[in-house]
Amino acid sequence: MSIEMNAKIRGNPAAIGFSAVSYYSNDIAHRGILKNVSLEVHAGETLVLLGRSGSGKTTLLRLVNRLLLPSGGQVVVSGRPTSEWDAIQLRRGIGYVIQEAGLFPHFTVAENIALVPGLLLWPGDRVAARVTEMLRLVSLDPQEFGGRLPRELSGGQRQRVGVARALAADPPILLMDEPFGALDPVTRAELQREFSALARRLGKTIVFVTHDLREALLLASRIVLLESGQIVAAAAPQEFLRIDHPEVRAFVASLSPVPGAPS
Amino acid sequence: MSPLRFFLAHRSEILGATLEHMTLVLIAMLIAIAIAVPLGMFIVRRPGLRTVALALASIFQTIPSLALFGFLIPIPFLGGIGKRTAIVALVLYALLPILRNTYVGLTGIDPAVLEAAEAMGMTPSQILLRVRLPLAMAVILAGIRTATVITIGVATIAAAIGAGGLGTFIFRGVAMVSDAVILAGAIPAAALALLADGLLALLERRLRIT
Repeated sequence: MSIEMNAKIRGNPAAIGFSAVSYYSNDIAHRGILKNVSLEVHAGETLVLLGRSGSGKTTLLRLVNRLLLPSGGQVVVSGRPTSEWDAIQLRRGIGYVIQEAGLFPHFTVAENIALVPGLLLWPGDRVAARVTEMLRLVSLDPQEFGGRLPRELSGGQRQRVGVARALAADPPILLMDEPFGALDPVTRAELQREFSALARRLGKTIVFVTHDLREALLLASRIVLLESGQIVAAAAPQEFLRIDHPEVRAFVASLSPVPGAPS
Repeated sequence: MSPLRFFLAHRSEILGATLEHMTLVLIAMLIAIAIAVPLGMFIVRRPGLRTVALALASIFQTIPSLALFGFLIPIPFLGGIGKRTAIVALVLYALLPILRNTYVGLTGIDPAVLEAAEAMGMTPSQILLRVRLPLAMAVILAGIRTATVITIGVATIAAAIGAGGLGTFIFRGVAMVSDAVILAGAIPAAALALLADGLLALLERRLRIT
């Protein structure tokens, strides 16, 4: 990352702040999913939450747009605790992309993308122009794809539409929960590369959840590693690889060379 | 007299009874849909009421139809002899399939789609009307189809309490021990059921989205 970009990130206020956040599940076991997590996400950075399944990374993400409220502590978004935000209003200002995209199967591609602008009551011509713009942004031809239904798309195309839909109302914050997790490896690599360039260009604050260190290294301006509901490491990608922590080493080991390749 | 000759001799009477039968079924179905679909939408988020509503609808369905018609006769306003009582009973029978399918359809939606809807800032009523309901439509329609076929059959028994319809021929045929007369009621009733089933299946297929 360039020096100016580092300076820019440091100069910007925190877009999202977690202070001493804990979250307990509602089941009988009352499991602690997050324990005393404090973290600041700076405006304009791509923060990758890395961790194994069950480490609490998705829970942390879902606290940002108030799909969940913390059991303890506070999550502050744009200067206000999520508990004081109107959930609907908060969510309309935050883009959200999930695995398998979660596109509405009965809406066309254009209608899917137009959803949040429509909820925000943008005038029709502005919505239509925005849909075209968004489809171009994710490299889909608006003429060809606008009228299709999600079932008429490939997995990679669906995920592109998912990204376009999340960006449609131009939210300052984008939350992404393993968005490329269900794609075949080739398509995944393609979308990761394109999204990496897109993220740099758009300057959004992005929180990205993954269990794939390779993906984290490619996309992150900062990697935060979660283990059993706690942050165990946080660093820029290159420094991250040098951290001496058993969980970091375990993830680095997952990058090990291709079987059969000369070591 | 052979069934065919009986048919030809009484064709206007049979046609009249068929129309009467269709009217009974149509009115009963419209009322049942108007009750069961909104009720199904209402119980999605209310587990307590859901149990009660589904149990009640199941109980109506377990009462033998002839008994249900009988039970309704002495009830003021709803009961008595005639079409009104028959319609009340038919509505009670049709409730369960529609109610159950509405509930199942509304709750059986891909969780990722619902999560996306919630995360994008749709209100609960927007999620219900713009996401859940359109996606549940095919399943709801399947319930309506089942209910319609049941109602066409049960409506033949309504003749026992003076509601008319194709059951008139069936009861008369039983009393006369005449297959021809029974068939004059049974064949059009079966044809109606098949026709309704086919048409609604066609509509259902067009609404199915996957």
